[in-house]
Parts: sequence; C-alpha cells; structure tokens
Amino acid sequence: MTLLAQPTEPATGRTRTGSTALDLVLRFRALGLVIALAVLVAVTAAVNSRFVGQQSIRDLLLSAAITMLLAVGMTVVVLTRGIDLSVGSVLGLSAYVTADFLQSNAGTPVPVAMLVGLGVGAACGLVNGVVIHVGKVPPLVATLGTLYVFRGIVYFVAGGSRINASDMPPGFLDFGTARFAGIPYLIMVSLVVLVLIGVFLSRYRAGRDMYALGSSPEAARLAGVPAGRRLLTAYVLCGALAGLGGVLHAARYGTVDASAGSGLELSVVAAVVVGGVAIFGGSGTVYGAALGALLLTVISNALPVLSIDQFWQQAIVGALILGAIGLDRFVGLRVAASLRTKDSHVD
Amino acid sequence: MSTETAPDRITATRPASGRLRSGRLIGWDGAIVLVTLVFIAVAAVTVEHFGTSRNAGFLILDLTPVLLLALPMTLIIVTGEIDLSVASMVGLTSSAMGVMWNNGLPLETIMPLCVVIGAVLGAVNGIFVTALGLPSLAVTIGTLALYRGLAYVLLGDTAVADYPRDFTSWTIGNIGASSVPNVLIPLIVVSGIFAAALHATPVGRSVFAAGANPTAAAFAGIPVGRLKFWLYVVSGAVAGLVGVFWTLRYSSARADNAAGLELTVVAAVLLGGVSIFGGKGTLPGVVAGVVLLTSLQNALRLASVSTEALTVVTGSLLIVSVLAPNVVTSARAALARRRARLRMTPTS
Repeated sequence: MTLLAQPTEPATGRTRTGSTALDLVLRFRALGLVIALAVLVAVTAAVNSRFVGQQSIRDLLLSAAITMLLAVGMTVVVLTRGIDLSVGSVLGLSAYVTADFLQSNAGTPVPVAMLVGLGVGAACGLVNGVVIHVGKVPPLVATLGTLYVFRGIVYFVAGGSRINASDMPPGFLDFGTARFAGIPYLIMVSLVVLVLIGVFLSRYRAGRDMYALGSSPEAARLAGVPAGRRLLTAYVLCGALAGLGGVLHAARYGTVDASAGSGLELSVVAAVVVGGVAIFGGSGTVYGAALGALLLTVISNALPVLSIDQFWQQAIVGALILGAIGLDRFVGLRVAASLRTKDSHVD
Repeated sequence: MSTETAPDRITATRPASGRLRSGRLIGWDGAIVLVTLVFIAVAAVTVEHFGTSRNAGFLILDLTPVLLLALPMTLIIVTGEIDLSVASMVGLTSSAMGVMWNNGLPLETIMPLCVVIGAVLGAVNGIFVTALGLPSLAVTIGTLALYRGLAYVLLGDTAVADYPRDFTSWTIGNIGASSVPNVLIPLIVVSGIFAAALHATPVGRSVFAAGANPTAAAFAGIPVGRLKFWLYVVSGAVAGLVGVFWTLRYSSARADNAAGLELTVVAAVLLGGVSIFGGKGTLPGVVAGVVLLTSLQNALRLASVSTEALTVVTGSLLIVSVLAPNVVTSARAALARRRARLRMTPTS
C-alpha cells in the first residue's frame, strides 16, 4: 500500500496532498458505516419502535462504550502493523482484580479503582510490548500466547468463585449506572478517551510516529522514529485501555467471574477493521473504529428484535472481518491502479 | 514413541534442506526429540499412572487431533502463512456431522462428506489468502469467528450424541486384545505421508522455497499462490477428518468442540522448531513437539493441575518456543560483535 506513506509528515494532521482518491475512499467508508447504521436502526425500529426508546438507546451505548474503549486501544496497535489478541483476557484479569480489590477495600473512591484497572492493564500491555519488541516475537504469536496466559492467571486467581454485586461497594456500582445530564458516566469515560487518543494520534509527534511505523517500518527508523519506544507505548496503551474496560465491565454488570471478556478480542478486531483501520497498518482513525464498535453493538442488539437467532452473532462478526479486509484490499488495489495511471511520475 | 520412527527414517535419507542451523551437531528439532524422550522417561517414573499402558492409550487419543492438525499447519507455516481457523473448522464439521446424522444419513456417507466440507472451508481461506492476497492472519481470524459462529447456527447449544456403538467404540478401542489404539496405525501412516511429501518430493521443496523467499520462488517457476491454496484445502480436509474423530471419540457433536485447539496446534508446531517467519522446519521435530506438549499436559493433569492452569503452560510454551531461538541468535550475534571488536582494538 504505497499510497499510505503520506501521513509520515509529523504533527500536521490531514495534509494529504495529492491523494484525493484515498481521502474519498476514507470519507466514503465513514459515510458507508453511518448509512449502514441508519438503515439497520430504521429497519429494527420499524419492527419494534421500542428499539429507539430512551432506555434501549442508553443500554446500547453502555454496551458499545466498553467495546469502543478496547477498539480505540487496538487501533493504536494495528496502526503500527501489530495486533493484540490478549485484550479480552486483560479485560477479564483487570475486572477481577479490581472487583477483588474493592471487595476488601470498600471505601475506595472510583478514580482509584480505575487506576488499579489501568495499572493491571498497563502491566499486561508492557509484557506484550517487551516480548514483541525485545524478544522479536511476532505480535500475533506473542499475544495469542498471552491471551491464554492472562486468562489462565484469572482462573488461577479466581478459582471457581465469582464476585457479586453485593460484595462490591455501592458507590462503585452507582458509578456504573449514574448519569450526568442524562448521559451515563461510562459513556462519558469512553468518549473522553476516544477524543484524547484521537488528538494524540493526529496532533502529536508520538501519534504520527505510529502511522509512520505502520506505513513503512524501515523508512520510519531511518527518519529517526524511536521504533522500540513507540511500540512499547502502543502496547501499554492498548493494555491500559483494556484494563480500564475491565473496570467499566465490573461497574456495569456488577458480577465478575473468571470468564469475563472471553472471546471479546474477535469483536474488537472486527470493530477496528470494519471501522476502516487497515490491518496492514498505517491507515485509519480511532473515530472509524468507534463507529465500527457501535455498528457491531447495534447488530447484536438488533438480532433479538428482528427475531434472528442469537447464535448468528459470532458468524456475523467473522463475516464482517472478512468483508472489511476484502473490501479494503479491493479498494486499495483500485486506488493504487488509478494513481499509477494518473501521476506515474511520482514513482 | 513409535509414532516417530516413520518420519525419522525419512530424515536420515534426505538432505537436510529444512535444518534450522546447519553445521551444528544437533538442531532445534533434534534437541526437541531428546527433550521429549527425557521428559517421558522422567514423567513415567515421577508421575503416578503416567507410565501405564492405559494412560498411554489416552495420551495417543489426546494427541491424535493435535498431530493431525499440526501436519498441514507445518506446511502452511513453512510457506510463511498461518491457519488460525483449524479448531473452528473442526467444530463446524462436527456440528455438520450432527445435523446430517439427525437427518437420517448413514455414517458411511456422512464421514467422507465431512472431509469434503472441511476442504471447502479450507478453500475459502485459500481464496482469500491467495486470490485476494490478504494476510492469512487476518483472514483466518475472520474465519475463526465465522466458522465457529456457523457451528452455533447449525446446532445452537444442543448436542447430538446417539451414534452407533460400532463406530464410537472402534475410535476409542484397541487393536484386538493388545493395548495399541486403533487410531495409531492410520496416524503413523498419515504422518509418514506428510513427512515424505515435505522432505522428499518436489512439492516439499517448493514449500520451503515459497517460505524462504516468495519472489525468488515465483521467478524459479513455482506456482506459489496455487501451492498455498491447496495447502489450505488440505488443512481444511484434515480438519474435517478431525471433526469426525472428535465427534466419535466423545460420541457428541457440539458447536464448541475443539474450541481453542488452534493454540495447542500452533504451539506444538513452533515448539517443534518450525520458524514462524517461514522457510524452516522439519516434520520429525513437529511430531516431537506434539508429543512433548500433549504428554506435558497429560502429566500435569495427572498431577491434578487444573485445566485452566494448563492454558498458562501452553501459552507460555508458544511464546518461549519463538523467543528462545531469537534470544540465542541475538546473544550469539552480540558475542561475535564483541570478539570482532576485541580483534580490532590492537590494530587500530
């Protein structure tokens, strides 16, 4: 994907001169997602008008908030040509550790609980980053391994027990349900993270470096991008956000057992690639990934309303991944071909 | 282990095209064979019930699906690709088997059909990877979800369990009055075919060439895309066969059959000395990797370590088997650099 080399100019955001075709495609992708969302919501609402009721929308956004948080972290990693399959296990570990911590320290304020989750997640992310960068293990293999290692640790810590809502301090559970101006806190947390990471990726040098590393690792290194530090940052960030997702999971559902977040990595990868983040790295935005997460959540909430068997959900996730990467490839080849004929002097 | 004899004979007669590092007395795969033998000897003495013939029978039944899936996986990883969807293909063919049995088809028809279904599923992977040129990692994560999802669509959370006793008891039974499982001989034959194909045929050499340098291989006239496509088809067909085996062994077709097995398969292949970057590996090493991993799991289970804790061991082994060669290589490079510097200093 040669045309993705443009975003290497640091800190200038979207000054992609000469790649209007790509711009068009990216805009078309976001537009396509919004249209798909609108059609899906309209059809489902036509079947059952309560689907667009206030309570239903709030539930939907609450579920989307957690997937969105993980998708934002995953985006950063995928941009660098990596992947993190361990996010579901990290969420489970963080949810259990945080709930266990709250169980024994009932007076803990919510921000401290969030810090605990962030810390657990960041530590997991650091393990991934070190194995990948220092050990030179491919991200896929490393995080497939830690997917099971972290999950095994949760089972080891939790045994067969689960932590129920009655074991957790009411202040924390209130945080899971409370709202400010009608918007639940959990959604606000996700939106704040989304905007922060979005600004980081588009406006800050370290963020632009993520794109550079994904577009062409060799060129980025030659240009002086500290590859190791950036990769570690990406994985720690992804882990920390999965950890924060664990805290939100515990607050929202009130019950945590060792299997929390199992298989979530597939939905998160699906959200990211459906949202237009190239699996080859170097292209995409967190806003696209967030839209992808929203679409996936809407689909899974719409299934029962449209009286489609819930068992279809995972198959749809898989089909969306395949469709999204296939479409990306197809469009990428077309754009590359049209660029070649239009201004062949660039090469 | 008698499973290793067939591939070992082949190694002895072939040029060491797949050796990890030439010129050394023993490669990674040779070391793994040794470690496996030592481990089995130690476990037989220290772990209660491990050395019994009854447990050996269970062990062979446990390693059958892993070994069968590891054979095509080895070839795929040597070409520089990967297939993460194998366990989901097992689950989907197992579910399909249950549905067909419920619809009154005879097992003699169902079993070959399952292999065909598996081959079609593999062909879908192959088309995405070769015709569309997509990264196999992303494609097979997609089909991992898709195929498992379709398995749930077929069977939901129900199980189909009323298979004829003839078939189920043959699957878990022994040859005559001996304690040699029925599945052992087919297993050795299939492993031998794969070992011969990889190490003693032009196809096998093409596999190594495609993984070592795809561009050079293409210029040398090797149809890299077609080769990879057929490897995915074979991987799917074998997964279909494993789906049949799994269903008959536990006399139960369920959508979640073999869930997560891809980890054990990939871990065993990498443990057996196959490079995740392609171009390097041997089948005898992989057989040893499978035997080591499954007997380690078996011994830990006998020592009453919980199933969940076992995933920590498998996951760690997966990482370590890639990490260890890298660490050794970079340590050796650092040592060589220091020696070179020491040689340089007096003259400059």
